[in-house]
Amino acid sequence: MMQKFLLNRRHAVALALVMGGSAMLPMAAQGQALSKSALNLAMIAEPSTLDPMASTADLVATIMQHVYEPLYTFDANWKMIPMLAEGLPKVSADGKRYSITLRKGVMLHNGRELHADDVVASLKRWMEVSPRGKALSKEVVDLSASGASGIEITLRAPYAPLLPQLALPSGMAAIMAKESIAMPLKEFVGTGPYKFKERRPDQYVLLTRFDQYSARKEAASGYGGKKVAIADELRFIPVPNANTRVEGSLAGQYHFADLLPTEALGRLEKATGKTVPILTPSFGFPYFVFNTKEGVMASLPVRKAVQTSFGEGEMLAAGFGDTRFFTAEPNHFPKGTPFYSAAGAALYNERDANKAKTQAATAGYKGETIRILTSRQYDFHYNMALIMAEQLKRAGFKAELNVVDWATLVQRRNDSKLWDIYITHSGQFPEPMLSPPQLGEGAPGWWSSPAKQATLAALNQETNPAKRGALWGAVQQVVYDEVPYINVGKFNSLSAKSPALQGYLPSTWPFFWNTGLKN
Amino acid sequence: MIRYMLSRLMGMLVVIALVAVIVFVLTRAASGDPISVLLGDQATAEDIVSAQKIYGLDKPLPVQFGYWLKELSHGNLGQSIFLQRPVTQALWERAEPTTLLALMAVFIAAAIGVPCGIVSAVFRGKLIDQLLTGFAMLGASIPSFWFGLVLMQIFAVSLGWFPVSGYGDPGATLSERFHYLVLPSVVLGVLNSALIIRFTRASMLDVLGEDYVRTARAKGLSEQVVVLKHALRNALVPIVTVLGLTVALMIGGAVVTETVFGLPGIGNLVVSAVLRRDYPVIQGALLVIAMIYVVINFLTDLLYIVVDPRVKY
Repeated sequence: MMQKFLLNRRHAVALALVMGGSAMLPMAAQGQALSKSALNLAMIAEPSTLDPMASTADLVATIMQHVYEPLYTFDANWKMIPMLAEGLPKVSADGKRYSITLRKGVMLHNGRELHADDVVASLKRWMEVSPRGKALSKEVVDLSASGASGIEITLRAPYAPLLPQLALPSGMAAIMAKESIAMPLKEFVGTGPYKFKERRPDQYVLLTRFDQYSARKEAASGYGGKKVAIADELRFIPVPNANTRVEGSLAGQYHFADLLPTEALGRLEKATGKTVPILTPSFGFPYFVFNTKEGVMASLPVRKAVQTSFGEGEMLAAGFGDTRFFTAEPNHFPKGTPFYSAAGAALYNERDANKAKTQAATAGYKGETIRILTSRQYDFHYNMALIMAEQLKRAGFKAELNVVDWATLVQRRNDSKLWDIYITHSGQFPEPMLSPPQLGEGAPGWWSSPAKQATLAALNQETNPAKRGALWGAVQQVVYDEVPYINVGKFNSLSAKSPALQGYLPSTWPFFWNTGLKN
Repeated sequence: MIRYMLSRLMGMLVVIALVAVIVFVLTRAASGDPISVLLGDQATAEDIVSAQKIYGLDKPLPVQFGYWLKELSHGNLGQSIFLQRPVTQALWERAEPTTLLALMAVFIAAAIGVPCGIVSAVFRGKLIDQLLTGFAMLGASIPSFWFGLVLMQIFAVSLGWFPVSGYGDPGATLSERFHYLVLPSVVLGVLNSALIIRFTRASMLDVLGEDYVRTARAKGLSEQVVVLKHALRNALVPIVTVLGLTVALMIGGAVVTETVFGLPGIGNLVVSAVLRRDYPVIQGALLVIAMIYVVINFLTDLLYIVVDPRVKY
């Protein structure tokens, strides 16, 4: 028996030596198996779904924008440009009818030419499945094909955000082959420069070059123009641990690593030749949502007192540390963009505890607990919550932090009995109606008021982009006056790319067409 | 023997049934909702309610439990809400890295732990014993994520010998994938060797004080033969138990190491499922992990017969 045991042990040792021997092969030797034109892209998580309509998660948009394309998209200056559409739509004089013509000769990944019927079927699915599409469907009276390449959209009333809604990569109005449409999607048949090949959860999502891709003729700009799939393969690899993404970048394992912790900037800057840090300015904004329906925050004067007590600059410093990563400013849109406005600026970053105390007393605040719902899913949420609680206490409010995990937070925020303020964030989008959802109806916070409806109606019905900027200023003023949410400021994101990666442009939803490896 | 095996089998079935009930109740008792996570920020309350209907989450809990039991009776663990594939398939895809990681880590742990434990026992109270006991204390105290990051910085970032994370490119061969398992298995192996050192030392100390060991020495046998043949063999039973439990622990418990090294293993699957409340995956994975525990415990008990012929069932 002992001999058998020893024999087995010997086998085990031999096996281990074989295993260890192969494992000790140097990286260079193993690297020979790598395809030169495969990009390893470290993402923050496993995507919750690959259906680009079903989720508004940025990660889903980042991956699937290579597979699917919308009718319109944004150029480098956040202006609307056509993607699958031939040109910008013809809009009727009353602003209610949009006539769209498809580009000819656009091929789907199944080898068939794109038809207007595919577009109609896709947009109908989008209006049934996507939260953004559902909201838009309330504005749409009719959607139909007109011949092989014509699409007609009729609206109830002029609705200026129509094209930005059709263009946004997150919760995308993705155009797909009508025969692939299902719930849930089983096949991913789009028109993009890359086609879906394989998903191995927690390992990778693999996209390969679509050789029959029908590129536009115009020069590349932002998310549009001429797209060329230079790399043969895109591998979106979930690497949820942020430190691992940093180490992988420093080791040269990833050609791109998304959303790195800001404290890693110093190490990335020192690692010249191995990796290049990338700052994406005005990447997003944290915001605090107030429960206007129930509880202590349902009182507008109390909300205004709370607003007075807040020092947004202090909160951003706690959330992001390095000043290169945030901007404390009252304007909800960055300077130089069409929706930039300083309306309501006097009410931002007041941090006046005494004034807040007086306002609270006048408002009839009697020491009720303000329940702040937050999560540690994002460190900056939690760090800002700590400062918020202190600022509230300094102004005489009774604050209580309810720290839960993200899945619990997104469930509880739908119940108006469970919270008074919750903390979240959003990407910085080019159109006000795309985010935050509180500008629509029914989102958590349940903000509804005549001033909101009047100013938003004016903004949404004005189809002249030059006039919409000023109309947004009126909405921003109402947000400061009625405090349904507080836009804390802007934050920049940190990513890293390999020096060998050529052609990458920092963007909210990183894309890898027109991007390849230096030989 | 057969009667023993049958009674153990019945016991195993009872344990699995209890685990099924507890897992279902605990996952549903926890707050959070997979649909809110799935649909994202823009989803309204109506969107969430209608999606809950699609996944059957609007049904009363006893109905959902009954449906799950029915599926289980057909060998089906359910369908993941997020992965768009059956739970069985998701688990099967992760079985390879987790099993290989567990085996390699236990091999490393045993290769370090058993010899060190023997040396520590033989030289009880001496400097070497104190050093090894200190190492065991250190190993039991170091957090695996920290140790993993340190090894990653030295061997992956600075020296470039091993990859930082992942489990190889698509189409990588098994030998290439081993390359990705070296650092995580060293982390788990070294840290778990601490426990094995302590168990081996304690077990050897018990045996070395026995009469037959003194008799063996009195017969003039060399110290090597006394320790390795007479003492070690009799000390093996508790060591085998610890090794078996360590393998079982690593099947579902190498969560931190798998996350740090981005290994697509079962631990990683369970953590992401818990974070997004993917109920079918949590239930299915925990049930399978419980079954693996039970089976490994059973096999460990049978192994006693091999290592110690005096053991009879």
